Amino acid sequence: MAQTDLRALQDTEFPVPEELQANIAITSLDKIYNWSRRSSMWPLLFGLACCAIEMIGTAASRFDFSRFGFEVMRGSPRQSDLMIVSGTVTKKMIVPIVRLYNQMPEPKYVLAMGACASGGGPFKEGYNVVSGVDKYLPVDVYVPGCPPTPQALLYGMITLQKKIDGQSLANLDDVPWYGVGPSEPTPVPVLGPDIIDPRQMELIREQAQQAALEAPFGARELPAWVNPTEVAQEATAVVETQEGAEDGVDPAKAARIRKREEAMARLAARRAAKGGQ
Amino acid sequence: MDVVADKTQLDISASVELLRERWPDAISHDNRDGFSGIIVDPAQLDDVALAMRDELGFDYLSSVTGVDYLGVADHMEVVYHAYRTSGGPALVFKAQTGRDDPRVPSLVSVWPGADFQEREAYDLYGIHFEGHPDLRRILLWDGFDGHPLRKDWQEAYYEEEHKPFDSRWPGGQVYRAEEKNVFGKNVKYPDDFDLGRLNDVSESDLYQGLGLGVDVQALDSDGLRTDRLVVNLGPHHPSTHGVFRMVVTLDGETIASLDPVMGYLHRNHEKIGERNSFLHNLPFTDRLDYISSMSNNLGYALAVEQLLSQGARYSPPTYRAECLRVLMVELTRIVNHLWSLGFLLNDLGAFFTPMLYANNEREKILDFFEATAGSRLMCNYMRFAGVYRDIPERIRSVANLVNDKVRDYNTMDYLTEMVNERLPRFLDEYDTLLTRNEILRERTVGVGVLLPEDAIALSTCGPLLRASGVPYDVRRADPYSIYPELDFDIPIGKNGDIYDRFLVRFQEMRESVRILRQILPRLERSQGEEVMSKVAHTPRVPVGEAYGRVENPKGELGYYVVSEGDPKGPQNPWRYHVRAPSFINLTALGPMCVGHKVADVVTILGSIDIVLGETDR
Repeated sequence: MAQTDLRALQDTEFPVPEELQANIAITSLDKIYNWSRRSSMWPLLFGLACCAIEMIGTAASRFDFSRFGFEVMRGSPRQSDLMIVSGTVTKKMIVPIVRLYNQMPEPKYVLAMGACASGGGPFKEGYNVVSGVDKYLPVDVYVPGCPPTPQALLYGMITLQKKIDGQSLANLDDVPWYGVGPSEPTPVPVLGPDIIDPRQMELIREQAQQAALEAPFGARELPAWVNPTEVAQEATAVVETQEGAEDGVDPAKAARIRKREEAMARLAARRAAKGGQ
Repeated sequence: MDVVADKTQLDISASVELLRERWPDAISHDNRDGFSGIIVDPAQLDDVALAMRDELGFDYLSSVTGVDYLGVADHMEVVYHAYRTSGGPALVFKAQTGRDDPRVPSLVSVWPGADFQEREAYDLYGIHFEGHPDLRRILLWDGFDGHPLRKDWQEAYYEEEHKPFDSRWPGGQVYRAEEKNVFGKNVKYPDDFDLGRLNDVSESDLYQGLGLGVDVQALDSDGLRTDRLVVNLGPHHPSTHGVFRMVVTLDGETIASLDPVMGYLHRNHEKIGERNSFLHNLPFTDRLDYISSMSNNLGYALAVEQLLSQGARYSPPTYRAECLRVLMVELTRIVNHLWSLGFLLNDLGAFFTPMLYANNEREKILDFFEATAGSRLMCNYMRFAGVYRDIPERIRSVANLVNDKVRDYNTMDYLTEMVNERLPRFLDEYDTLLTRNEILRERTVGVGVLLPEDAIALSTCGPLLRASGVPYDVRRADPYSIYPELDFDIPIGKNGDIYDRFLVRFQEMRESVRILRQILPRLERSQGEEVMSKVAHTPRVPVGEAYGRVENPKGELGYYVVSEGDPKGPQNPWRYHVRAPSFINLTALGPMCVGHKVADVVTILGSIDIVLGETDR
């Protein structure tokens, strides 16, 4: 890298002679440290789904992200700085993903590539799909698209470099890994009847018990503030009372009650079937 | 002997009559509106299947799938599609069983290729295949609660039975699924779920299935009796082409057994597909085999067109539309084979250079896709009775991102140059550099041999089947689109090893170029013709079932679609099943690897050319 111009690194009031500025830089520790880090980010060779094809396309001959410092992709998490989560994260796969993330040395970054990794994407409603890798791992950059084009991915990666440029060793909220002692690994999810996040054991326990006592799944009422029918109903209720309409039962409410009853019947049938065997 | 030879030539209805004569009580016609085939009594299923294979010559079991008819007829159904490798249409037969304790005899002993498909039906429907040698979950983990494709099973983010959801219609309010779920995540637990008794059983059966007979995880002290070693390759491993996992038992460095573990990309295509409307599913098919999205579109379009053609107001695609379809599909075949050969060599240790060369050509084709369909990878180009739009006048592409120099080509010139000069030149160059390469031959000749009879029995398809010497290609065996009028050969191999698969793929690219050369003049001639017949955007799909299949680059891709057909009701498929070539080709992986060295596993897997989006769906 003989051609490297060090002018970008200058971070001082101290006058460096003009003709030397390309070769000599007087700078701060933050700046040179970040500069060297972000100029050699090695991504983990790790593809999940469709986006991985575009990621390989970005790494390959035409777009070639080595030009931006993402020199080589490493097969081992021990040698990589950046995890590009390229594709749909499933419940079965999140377990290895968290393990891989834990094995990466700090400082480490996560880039959620595409709609699926960012929030579930087109497969969000799927029973085996985690709606976004950020449910388990801290994500630094989200790249939208399905799949993002190589241009979009490169832009996301350059955005990550900018983010690194802005980090400071002095600010531990920003970069927790410069604190004292090793940081805690992310707890690995467990595959039970459905995926279980160990960080939320207590919450799950409470809510599962509550759910079992009150009503079966699918019949659960929403809190008022998120229930759109109820909000709409409240808005119209004012008008209705003024008009003095007394039709009796509100149709929206009746529909909800009916749905609940149907679900209860389903549950009863299921329990009877279980008992019968 | 003459009689037997004759029987293998019988057409479908004569074959069915013959079977019905022999088993008058066990076999009945499927008389439901829009359905075809026969319904076989489960008690007689193995005998009937044996007669189909041995006497009638239906040696190739293409697809096995379950359907849950809750609320319609309240039974489960297993649907089989069997073909002759000599060509011709399918013999469709079904076995019906109750919903409470569904049991059907396993046909693995008749067609070993039913293995993974029956496991999948067990996983997703809970149908017990009696006599199956290894009936475990295949896509989900052991201990998962329920069988998700049953109609009464609801996912955690369940909203409504059919899309478009009422809440999204005018007047409805959209809220996030997280807000509805008390856990705030895409999870649900059984009502009697107790976290206190939680232990991870997700792989409890896996290691038992390896024939070790002992819990390998406890093999750290005196329990160790043999020197066999269990090695997990994947799910994170560069050689597995995605998130695929192989549990390999090693005797020294030799493979004693290999158990594929999949489902790491199981993203519930079929469950989502049943909620989607017919048209909704088209972009989802892109994401099956994400390297060859165009061909996936075509298979699905063909399946739905079969249904649509039963109803009124349907006109088939115009000639130009058919030409465009074949153009796209053959370009896709080249794209896919470039990619797969590049990565096969990558697996052999030619790290990335062959792949980078192949990728250059691939990008040229992707530029054309982008200019036409709007997207490089997920083209979503085919429509029912046509294609999305005609090819554009000009193609503009950016060379790379250093200099944003835009190159502007006339599309037909671009295609002509690509088909007549660029691709042949590249293929010759690649051929010269690789085909007779010493190292390539040393590593591939005689490795991973699959005999033709095994290839058929294991229901393999595509280049894998043809490299074993079976000239079976859906484009010829059961033609669709305008393939009958095109002139091309079906390349086959002799030995069924990795090298032959390499050669078959190579030859297929040349054949595709040959097809493209015939397509271009047809495109010139049909200039100006409509590419989309007049079909409503949300077509009323009549009741019935359809099985549309195409010769995808990776093999036979089939879509089994069942329509409820309520003209006023929601327009959703009742059942949407994908017969994925990668998934079924993997049945042959274990048998092919046994006896080889561990380093060969990577190459053998590369030679099957799987893509996980399709394997796991």
